[in-house]
Amino acid sequence: MLDNLIREGKATMGIYESDADQVYGLLAEFPNPGALLHAAEAVREEGYRHFDTHSPFPIHGMDDAMGLGNSKVGYFAFLGGVTGCAGAYLLQWWTAAVDYPINISGKPFFAVEPSVPIMFELTVLFAAFGAVAGMLALNGLPRPYNPLFYSDRFEGASDDRFFLHIAASDEQFDSEETAAMLRRIGAQHIELVQDDGVSDP
Amino acid sequence: MANTEETKSIPADPSTEGHGGAGHEELVRGNLSFHDITELVSRHTEKKAPPAWYVAFATALSGTLLLLALMAYVVWNGIGAWGNNQPVGWGWPIVNFVFWVGIGHAGTLISAILFLFRQHWRTSINRAAEAMTLFAVICALIWPTFHVGRVWVIYWTLPIPNQMEMWPQFKSPLLWDVFAVSSYFLVSLIFWYVGLVPDLATLRDRAKDFWRKQILGFFSLGWTGSNRHWRNYEKAYLLLAGLATPLVLSVHSVVSFDFAVSVIPGWHTTIFPPYFVAGAIFSGFAMVVTLMVITREVYGLKNLITIDHLEKMNIIILVTGTIVGFAYITEFFMAWYSGVEYEQYAFLNRAFGPYAWAYWIMMTCNLVTPQLFWSKKLRRSIPVMFVLSIIVNIGMWFERFVITITSLHRDFLPSSWGYFSPTWVDIGTLVGSFGLFFTLFLLFLRFVPMVAMSEVKGVMPQADPHNYDIGNGHAGGDGEPYIEPATIAAVERPEQE
Repeated sequence: MLDNLIREGKATMGIYESDADQVYGLLAEFPNPGALLHAAEAVREEGYRHFDTHSPFPIHGMDDAMGLGNSKVGYFAFLGGVTGCAGAYLLQWWTAAVDYPINISGKPFFAVEPSVPIMFELTVLFAAFGAVAGMLALNGLPRPYNPLFYSDRFEGASDDRFFLHIAASDEQFDSEETAAMLRRIGAQHIELVQDDGVSDP
Repeated sequence: MANTEETKSIPADPSTEGHGGAGHEELVRGNLSFHDITELVSRHTEKKAPPAWYVAFATALSGTLLLLALMAYVVWNGIGAWGNNQPVGWGWPIVNFVFWVGIGHAGTLISAILFLFRQHWRTSINRAAEAMTLFAVICALIWPTFHVGRVWVIYWTLPIPNQMEMWPQFKSPLLWDVFAVSSYFLVSLIFWYVGLVPDLATLRDRAKDFWRKQILGFFSLGWTGSNRHWRNYEKAYLLLAGLATPLVLSVHSVVSFDFAVSVIPGWHTTIFPPYFVAGAIFSGFAMVVTLMVITREVYGLKNLITIDHLEKMNIIILVTGTIVGFAYITEFFMAWYSGVEYEQYAFLNRAFGPYAWAYWIMMTCNLVTPQLFWSKKLRRSIPVMFVLSIIVNIGMWFERFVITITSLHRDFLPSSWGYFSPTWVDIGTLVGSFGLFFTLFLLFLRFVPMVAMSEVKGVMPQADPHNYDIGNGHAGGDGEPYIEPATIAAVERPEQE
């Protein structure tokens, strides 16, 4: 139960388990962003869930095509912002009014008004930290090791190539049937990626 | 390459240029493919730097060394080595601080505010502008750090428990400044780095050398261009832009509080925050224009950083310059209207007193000369904009000089009036800070992709998946509105492998 939950959680980050034959998945190349978008739609309609597309830039409409909901990064940023704001308030109140109060011209030891700038700055700072930390956490990054890097063609994913990867951990995965399906929806080049520590010849 | 031919076969429709909204403008010239963009940008980090780079770097590095030597001199002898004294306790160091912080603002404006406004033209210049922000803020932070006199206890400005068991005075605008500028630096840094990750992955995938691959692999975090990642990445980027926007407006507002919260005539005005922010954007854009004119020339990026990009920046210079000029005039009006004789004297003294020369340099450079940009011909002329952008920054330095020095040199008591003159150390450290700025910028040009490749690719017409649908959304063909699925289009294309 818990294992399954962890496995599915990792799958949302694009981290999949290889099967018994060390097969990580099939990597199919498509000629352009339009073809990739429609391929992703088709793959989802076929019932696959553990798949991902790789492109040098975000493709508009791909989230819907893949059936991904709204990103949850916003919650992390909000949490960070609340932390920053509350932290700045407590910091200024505790240092000036509790730990070492100094009477200056009879002014109150602590007041909200002069505390606003620092509360604002720390809200923004911690919200930014939250956004980036949340993005990295939800993406499972940093991830220096990725079996997809064994594919030489995959280097083009950061240049001008468009890939669709169906992971072997998907319930429906069958290297031959899945490959046939990919060929049917217009893949130009299909490659079996193995997590065996050997890069392409 | 797989798609070179395809992208070439789909030229940007020239008929849509100019009236199709930002998405239809030709942001990239020369009918480039995705791979061409990768090549154009990445190769500068991979091949040997052009000879001009070495000359510029040697010059800039000598400036940095000058700065280091003079700062050591200042620490050794005390800050009296600068011209600061009574009545002008805030001399050039504070002038330089405000000047450099201001320069930084354009970078954030381009990267964050123009992002929120969906101005796609920003993609060609945002990386370099953000880098400029970081380096300008580094140059800015030097000044208050050394100006406190005892630089070895600068950490007293932070709420860190220390041997005195005292805390910083949070009611002071100077302390707000510490938080504002350092938050600004950190947020700009992570914004810049997050933007860099996909491009570092591009460089990693191109790297031949083992160590280069390892280092880039470390910094690119294992990025694979996965759409599951892009989804969170884009959201985080949007949030960072949304956070950086109020932040950048707050930073120069807080800097202006350093002046405005005091009771010195000429400083104690409510117009300062918006006026400082406009001035900051003004000077920052001028610096971006200066840098981009040189960069696109030296690195052959004229198809990416086009004359249209520069023109748009010049329009922003014209607008913000006029806002700043309007603020100068408003200040005079308010001084007169306030009926306070000290305030009135402070402004008359600015314009006609011993520092009138500085005031009129400021007026000419900031209000008058940018008006040349009303002419379309002049704002599209490279030599004109280059000279004007430098003039603007001279003017903006003088603005801070006028605000800081003229307000302080004659305060309420005529017996304490004085005239400020800089020392050779003042001049040397200012020159040195430019050296540091250019050293960092040249290192950036050498080792980091200077244009955000993934973002530029994303705004090209062939990046739109519907560009590949039959019918393409444009009239023509058999009159059928486009509904056809693109898979058919893909299948019908001859296989290229």
